Parts: sequence; C-alpha cells; structure tokens
Amino acid sequence: MAFPKPQATLRSATGIPTGRLAVWWLLASEVVIFGGVLGSYLMHRLGHPEWADAAIHTNTWIGATNTFVLLTSSFTAVLAHQAAERGDGKTAAKFLLFTIGGAFTFLGIKSYEWWYEISHGYTITSNGFWAFYYTAAGLHALHVIAGAIIMGIVAFDAWRNLELQRVELIGIYWHFVDVVWIFLFPLLYIAK
Amino acid sequence: MSETAVAVEHHADHAHDHHGSEGFLSKYVFSTDHKMIAMQYLFTGMGMAVIGGFMAYVFRMQLAFPGISVPGFGQVSPGEYNALVTNHGSIMIFWVAMPVLIAAFGNYCIPLMIGADDMVFPRINRLSYQIFLLSAVILLLSLFVQGGGFGGAWTAYPPLSAVGDYNQTSLGASMWLVAVALEFVAFLLGGINFITTLMNSRAPGMKAYDIPLVCWMIVIASILFMLSVGPLIAGAVMLLFDQTIGTGFYDPARGGDPILWQHLFWFFGHPEVYVVLLPAIGITIDIIATFARKKVFGYKMMLYTTVATGVLSFFVWAHHQFLAGIDPRMANVFTVTTLLISIPIAELCFVIIATLYGGSIRLTTPMLWALAFMAEFLIGGVTGIFLGASGADIYFHDTYFVLAHFHYTFYPIAIIGTFAAFTYWFPKMFGKMMNDTLGKIHFWGTIIPFNVIFIPLFVLGMGGQHRRIYNYEHFPELAGEGMYQLRELATYALLVMLAFQLVFFYNCIASWMRGKKAGKNPWESNTLEWTTESPPPHGNWPEGLPNVYRGPYEYAHPDREQDYWPQNEPA
Repeated sequence: MAFPKPQATLRSATGIPTGRLAVWWLLASEVVIFGGVLGSYLMHRLGHPEWADAAIHTNTWIGATNTFVLLTSSFTAVLAHQAAERGDGKTAAKFLLFTIGGAFTFLGIKSYEWWYEISHGYTITSNGFWAFYYTAAGLHALHVIAGAIIMGIVAFDAWRNLELQRVELIGIYWHFVDVVWIFLFPLLYIAK
Repeated sequence: MSETAVAVEHHADHAHDHHGSEGFLSKYVFSTDHKMIAMQYLFTGMGMAVIGGFMAYVFRMQLAFPGISVPGFGQVSPGEYNALVTNHGSIMIFWVAMPVLIAAFGNYCIPLMIGADDMVFPRINRLSYQIFLLSAVILLLSLFVQGGGFGGAWTAYPPLSAVGDYNQTSLGASMWLVAVALEFVAFLLGGINFITTLMNSRAPGMKAYDIPLVCWMIVIASILFMLSVGPLIAGAVMLLFDQTIGTGFYDPARGGDPILWQHLFWFFGHPEVYVVLLPAIGITIDIIATFARKKVFGYKMMLYTTVATGVLSFFVWAHHQFLAGIDPRMANVFTVTTLLISIPIAELCFVIIATLYGGSIRLTTPMLWALAFMAEFLIGGVTGIFLGASGADIYFHDTYFVLAHFHYTFYPIAIIGTFAAFTYWFPKMFGKMMNDTLGKIHFWGTIIPFNVIFIPLFVLGMGGQHRRIYNYEHFPELAGEGMYQLRELATYALLVMLAFQLVFFYNCIASWMRGKKAGKNPWESNTLEWTTESPPPHGNWPEGLPNVYRGPYEYAHPDREQDYWPQNEPA
C-alpha cells in the first residue's frame, strides 16, 4: 500500500538515514531484553553448579550445526545488501530468499532437537537449567521467525526494486539475531 | 534548500487534499497524524485516570470507614481491596502518567516544536497507540474475570504473584502481566519514533541547543525507558511461565530466586520514576520561561544535569530492597548512589528558581500549575532522602510514609504536570482559550486538598501504619481514635479534590464550545508550535515548514521592542 511519507521521514539532521537510526535503537532495546535473560541465567548458573548435570544433555553438535547455518544465512544477507547497494533488486531478493531458507533450516533443526529432548523427558519444567534453556532459545527462535517474515516482505518489495534501503536494515537486524545466538551457543551448549 | 521548500509545499498541498477527503474512521480512529494520535493517548489516559481515581475513592472510603457500603461500589471485600490498590497503582503509572506525559505530549509537541510535519514513522506511531489501547482493554477486562483482578500489588513480587494458590487470582494475574508487557511494547515503539524524530527531523537551522527542553526531556526519558525496561520484559516472560506452565524461575524450592524479580523489576522501576519525571520537568521549565518572560537560566546545565540524572538512575534500584535480605554492604553502596541522585535533581530546581528570579511573572493558570509542580515535588524529593538512607528505611519501609512520599513525587508529575501542560497547550490543541477564573478555582481546589490528603499519611506512616492493610480495626495499636481521625481527614480531602475535578471537565467542555478564539500565539511564546494555526492542520504548516534562527528562550531581548522573539523569525 502506498503511504505518502511525511517530510519528517525524509530529513536527516544527523546524516544517518532515519531507517538505519531506528533499527539501531531497536537493537539497543533488544540488547537489554536478552541481557536480562542471559544475566539472570548467568547469575543462577554460577549459584547452581549442579545445573551442569542437566547441561550435559544438550547436544553440542546440533547447536554447532545451527551456528553454522545462521552464520551462513548472515553471509547471504550481506550479499543481498551488496546487490541492493548496486540497485540490483532482483539479486538482492534472491539472496534474501537464501537467508530465509537459512532461517527455516535453523528452525527445523531446532524443532527436531526440542522434540528429541522433550521426548526424553527434558521439558521446560524439569529444572532451572531447562527452564532457562527453553526460554532463552525460544525467545531467540521468535526473533528468527519474525526476521524471516519481515525478510519475506522486504524481498517481495526488493524484487520490484522498491524500498531497497530496507535490505540493509533487515540485514542489520539479522546480524543481531546471529550475535545473540553466538552468546547463547556457548552458554547453553558448550558450558557443561 | 530550495528543493526542500518545493517538496514541502508540494507535500502540504497533498496533505490538505488528503485531509479534506478523509472519512470519520481514517480521521479520528486510524489516523497517522501525530496530533490525532496524541489526542487518542490523551483521552485514553484521562479516561484511565478517572477509573484510577474512582478506585482510590473506593479504598480510601474503606480505610476511613471500615465495612461501609461505599456509594457507587458497595461493600469492599479483602480480595477486592487488594485488586483495587494494585490496579490503582498500575493504572496511574502505566496507563495515565506514561501515555499522557510521554505519549500524548511527546506526540503533540515534538514534531510541532522541532518544525516537522509529522513523526518519522507515522504508521508505527499509530500501531503504538493501538497496542496501548489493547493493553488498557486487557487490564480492564482482568478486573471482571473469575477470581477478580490481580491483587499482588503493582510491584507483583513472587511468590505471591507467581502462584495461583497464593494470590487466588490466577487468570487476573496473568492478564495483568500481559497487559503490562503490551504497554511496554507500545512505549518502545513510540520511544524509537520520538528519539529518531528528534535526531533526524529538526527544522533547517535548528541546532541541538535550539531544541526546546521539553522535547529533550521526553526523548531522554524515552531512552531511559528503552534501556531499563528490557530486563523486566524478560522477567515478565519468566513470571508468565511460572504462572501458566509451572516453571520455577522465582521458586527457591526448584532452583529459582524470588529476589531476582525484585532486581529485574526495580532495575526498570527506578529509572521509570525519572522516565515520567523528566517530561514533567521539561513542561514546567518551558512554561516557566514563557510566563517569567525570561531566558532559561543555564539551558546546557539543565540538559547535562538531566543526562546525569538518567545515568545515575540506573544505579539506585536496590534502595527498594533494603529489607529484602540483600547484603548490608550493598545497601551502603545504594544509599550513597540514592543520596547522590538528589544533587542533579536539586540542580534542576535551582535552575528553575534562577529562571524565575528577576522575571516579569504572569500568573496564568498554567504558570500556577508549573510553580505548584516545583513546590510539591520538592516535598516529595526531600522526604525521599529519609527513605534512601538504609538506616531510616528500616523503620519507614512499607509504611504510609513511603506511600505519602511517592505520591508527593508522582502526583506532581502525573497530575500537576499534566494539568500544567494541558492548560498551556489547550489553546493550540483546540483553538480556544480556557476560562482563567475557572482554571484558578480548579487549581486551588486541587492543590489544597492534595496536601490535606497526603500530609496526614506522612504522620500515620511515622506512627507505624503499614501499607496494604484492608482493615486497621484488627490492629489495636493502629485503630486508635487519633489515627482514625487522620484517615478520615485524608478521605474527606480526597472527596473534595475529586469534586473539584468537575470544574475542570466543565471548563474544558465550555471553553471548547464557546471559549474565546486563541489565535496563533496567545501566550506570546517563542517556540515553533505557536507559529502555526490553532489547531494546526494535518501537515502542521500549510504554507511550508519553518526554518529556525535562534534558541527557544529569547525573551526580553534588550534590542527588541517585543519581549519575545519567535524561533522562526529571521534576524
């Protein structure tokens, strides 16, 4: 739907495009949300050495595979940005579709992992470690889903060479989702 | 610059056409115009204030006359009493102070004061209000579900808030939590909009120090909110899981910790005080500069002080937990930081007093409210020093002294600050002047009873009256004749204050219907919102957006005949 942008949206007193500025502020608010979860988890984990007995049951290989999948999807997001900078919307949209594919692969692997763990009796109510495990990773997975949906919309516009600046913006967000996982992976999987 | 000017004019024409063809729904309900969204926030907030005020009336009646059938409500049961005090607190902070001070006046003032035609993200702005409205509806519905509204206090400490068997309102508690979380989402969206708009959409020529202080304050408040609320959102998700699917984040028996919630809550909760305080101070300083006809004393100092307050406000939260079993050494640290934060706040007061000094003061209704804000907030601030000191707090903790203290801070912020802003910008919002005599009657009819309500509560608190007690007759040492007289005095004063609000509503409607036309600049003020029509049309400046040539407070310039100098007037 065409929406007449007000003059305010097109101004840039700081020299930074308004959309990019807003995404960075959005990420600032996200950092403190995940900071709250991970900070709470860390304090509890330090106070409960016995949680290591639960952490031993997480599957590091699956976690590592997912890390690889997410990092690769970030790489295609960068390629999409590059294409958008050149004004090549079609290529940008194609690379974004690769990134969306990465998101779905990530979610598929995660579903299998959770199904496996739940069927072996490790549920969110089992103990404190599993509660944090499912909450933190679930919050992250929600961000992956939201990112994939928004990326679909951006790719749809980019295919028709519309709103190409958004390719960069969704890329910034996607790198953030990546970085959160980079924190989650060692904290939930490697620290046994 | 000529390119921009052409674009502006083109846009203004377009906006005008657009405006004319708008239907009722797109003009009043689904509008993306920042002024209409401000009105939506304002009226929703005022409606919630009426509900919150009614709750205060019901439980004050119960406290003064235990067991009475309260007119308009009936007998109050203990469960209802808990739900009333909990939701009174939640409503007044999250659904009155935040939407009115930040969202309504932020939305109204920021684009108009920085010379923009709208917010940078008008549709996100609309979404923000819609989520806010949804949160308000969920909160109000939660009062009528099975078991009644949540009654675990607005701070929602677990295990009381986490376990349905304890609070007896499992559905109400979850709905309350969801409503609060949605409200946070609404203000994050709004906040990003405010910050980005102020950073990027200023009028050509407007430098950082030419921005009116109220805009700065609202934006700094939005940043504080954004950086403090995250942990509580995470904490709210954890609490919701504890309530609904049986995790044990806050349950010590299962490796959790109830104190964790207190940390997450107050890490947000204390900056939140400054989130609502800063806009009120900004409103006050703008009004005082206008009606003292004098340049603000120390614009930059005011700004730096505000930033200092904001930074410090992240390091004081544990003063709410002196009695929660935290390490006494930590209590000492937080005592020091808490007492430190009174320094920048005192500076803000001195700046305002220095601005008044030697001014040619016009005692209009908004000026009275602004002065009253300073006077009353000062009492709130000074009594806070007793509570910030961990030694004294051991005695005062959870008494009516605390309650009176934070009402002396929040009431000036949320009510007095709002009335100041409302009476000041009413001519701009509705194009009509408010009746000054009725305004002054309402002012005195609000300020005097306010003090008569809360000064007795200080006395009661020092006498050991604990908070959150449904009926003091069960406590012989608190049920004496003298204590009941003080409680009744506070309740009678509340009734008087509520009655005087009718004057305000009458004044609003009567002035709106047949008040004197306001014209563009009735207060002879400098800032940009007064350079366009009242009320401004969609797009704000039909003849093109303004340029800025000077700071916002150039009053009584010696070289000029007029004692004010609008920001957009070329030198």
